[in-house]
Amino acid sequence: MRHLLSTRDLSRDAAIHILDVAEDMAQTQTREVRKLPTLRGKTVVNLFFEDSTRTRISFEAAAKRLSADVINFSAKGSSVSKGESLKDTAQTLEEMGADAVVIRHGASGAPHTLAASGWIDAGIVNAGDGTHEHPTQALLDAFTIRRRLHGDVSRGRGLDGITVAIVGDILHSRVARSNVWLLSALGARTVFVGPPTLVPTHLDGWPADVSYDLDATIAASPDVVMMLRIQTERMNDAYFPNPREYARRWGLDDERLARLRPDTIVMHPGPMNRGLEISSRAADSPRSTVREQVANGVSARMAVLYLLLSGERED
Amino acid sequence: MTNSSFLLRGATLADGSTADIAIVDGGITGIGSGLDAFGATVVDAAGLLALPGLVDLHTHLREPGFEDSETVLTGTRAAAAGGFTTVFAMANTSPVADTAGLVEQELALGEASGYATVQPIGAVTTGLAGERLAELGAMASSRARVRLFSDDGFCVSDPLLMRRALEYVKAFDGAIAQHAQEPRLTVGAQMNEGEVSTRLGLTGWPAVAEEAIIARDVLLTEHVGSRLHVCHVSTAGSVDIIRWAKARGIAVTAEVTPHHLLLTDDLAESYDARFKVNPPLRSAEDVEAVRAGLADGTIDIVATDHAPHPDQHKDCAWPEAANGMVGLESALSVVHAAMVDTGLIEWSDVARVLSEAPARIGRLEGMGTGLTIGSRADVVLYDTRAARAFGVESLAGKSANSPYLGRRLPGRVVATFHRGVPTVLDGRLRPHDEVVAGQKAVTARG
Repeated sequence: MRHLLSTRDLSRDAAIHILDVAEDMAQTQTREVRKLPTLRGKTVVNLFFEDSTRTRISFEAAAKRLSADVINFSAKGSSVSKGESLKDTAQTLEEMGADAVVIRHGASGAPHTLAASGWIDAGIVNAGDGTHEHPTQALLDAFTIRRRLHGDVSRGRGLDGITVAIVGDILHSRVARSNVWLLSALGARTVFVGPPTLVPTHLDGWPADVSYDLDATIAASPDVVMMLRIQTERMNDAYFPNPREYARRWGLDDERLARLRPDTIVMHPGPMNRGLEISSRAADSPRSTVREQVANGVSARMAVLYLLLSGERED
Repeated sequence: MTNSSFLLRGATLADGSTADIAIVDGGITGIGSGLDAFGATVVDAAGLLALPGLVDLHTHLREPGFEDSETVLTGTRAAAAGGFTTVFAMANTSPVADTAGLVEQELALGEASGYATVQPIGAVTTGLAGERLAELGAMASSRARVRLFSDDGFCVSDPLLMRRALEYVKAFDGAIAQHAQEPRLTVGAQMNEGEVSTRLGLTGWPAVAEEAIIARDVLLTEHVGSRLHVCHVSTAGSVDIIRWAKARGIAVTAEVTPHHLLLTDDLAESYDARFKVNPPLRSAEDVEAVRAGLADGTIDIVATDHAPHPDQHKDCAWPEAANGMVGLESALSVVHAAMVDTGLIEWSDVARVLSEAPARIGRLEGMGTGLTIGSRADVVLYDTRAARAFGVESLAGKSANSPYLGRRLPGRVVATFHRGVPTVLDGRLRPHDEVVAGQKAVTARG
């Protein structure tokens, strides 16, 4: 794998391969010594133009457990805040010998620009770009679902035939955008659920159905309900009247939780607004995978860094 | 080359006939077969198409204020390389062209260049701020004779201010050239709103934001009996509204850019900011509709919206990049590819939409008649059978933000005459001192 920019260009086989390597990585994490020598001598730069402690430390843990050297570059207080361009930052990292750059950027497409620019030779991992994609989140989500469904015999399998309801602010969600392509590649069906203002108008050709009615979606018995974080500032842009109305119509409250099939999984990429898009009881229930998602995130990112940095490079 | 007489031998005219064209002291003195050279410099034009010098109603020359992108000299060189002999300079310079003094300064910079006539456009509102009218009358009576006013880059979105502007310019046969973009519907917009923008996670610029303003403006124009020009029409819905307005007899004219005739929004998939422009590249259906609108006369002209930017404003993430593309050097070839090679229009229509009609809309005195005896000797010789890989060497301005780099485009400008002075010969720009000397000689004799 040369770069990981988007899940849209992952084939079913490539996706399953990453998930299988993530299984191998997860297994090493149950050993007493969890550190592998695999990426010794490689340098991974976490280039974060947006604050995201959770994602950054997950990548940092993944790289360190593979024995890579990790450099954290945060835009705040750096040359970037003094107006340095992406181009100059990239060329600086190139000169310092970065083998992989994990980039989080507020501008959609910034990882593509970096990968296509010729400014830097390193492998690029998209750790979330604007409202575009967040591919490692989708990989860890698929990994989590697959483990819940198939347990120890997950290897080699897809997510065929299951239905995943993604609920909330689809319009601005890079998590939803990465999940829809990966779920489709793995054979799952996606339903986008939310207020019409927060579900994109133009979805022609997308492997997703749309519903504005969470109760109807729950009645159709989905295998997974993935709740997305609602930014309260969306309210000021007239996307919905107020948090109370949002929670009433599109929140996973206790009453809706009770109506889910017993084996339906509840997911959330975090950080959660308890009481808004998800109730505490839903978040903490045994069907919730919120904490597994965090642990699996490290395994999935280890797999991505491993595939990017070890073995033959395909240019 | 100090001779001011030229005989273009054996050129093909836009109607398909063959003729010699005689140029003396900046004017066309003869069109016919077997003309005598009378000591003129003979230019072999056999097999070349002769068109009236192209007129661009929508050029950003960037000077004063943004000389790292373009100057009047480099912009008019780009114009000459593309076969243009007159460019209308948009007002969004710094300072903004909103007073008589500033439009006269722009005019003078054009005269000093000599590569093309620069006709300033005045701002509608002071500083393009959209708050109060600029001194439209003073600009109209200045030496620059401004008849077209535009806040291009910004929409005159306040309906009352737009009404007043349309009314006021009636006093001197002016027109308002509107950049139709409802600002509230395009907050943070990055590209055409559609499936591609949804997939790329880029904030959409919906077609309705253009169409709503055009609909409002044609109604205002009808109400006050004035004249409206719509800049860079980009959507199928806009074409429908303008078609309806013209059928009602409303005095509206419209332009489309070359890039909206050829390119579509899926080019953004590369996140290559050379394809970022405002209004954005639209869908294939929109491209089809603006082509049909140009072919049936709903859209009157092609105008380039030539918008130079230095590398650092394009060499970055898409949302951080500037809007705009250079277009003067490629315009004729793009119209050739999108409209002529597709059989939608003839070369005589090209002469209309790229020269005669824009001169008339801009009220250029004594121009807009095409190649006729007695008219100013603005002529372009174009090799319709050539084809070229369009590259940076095809550009003559200061900036290289062309969306066509690496594409194959038909045709090639072989020669351009501006006021009877060659600015391009054998496909190459003539040196500045020679052009200046030629223009001085013409002015002295004229």
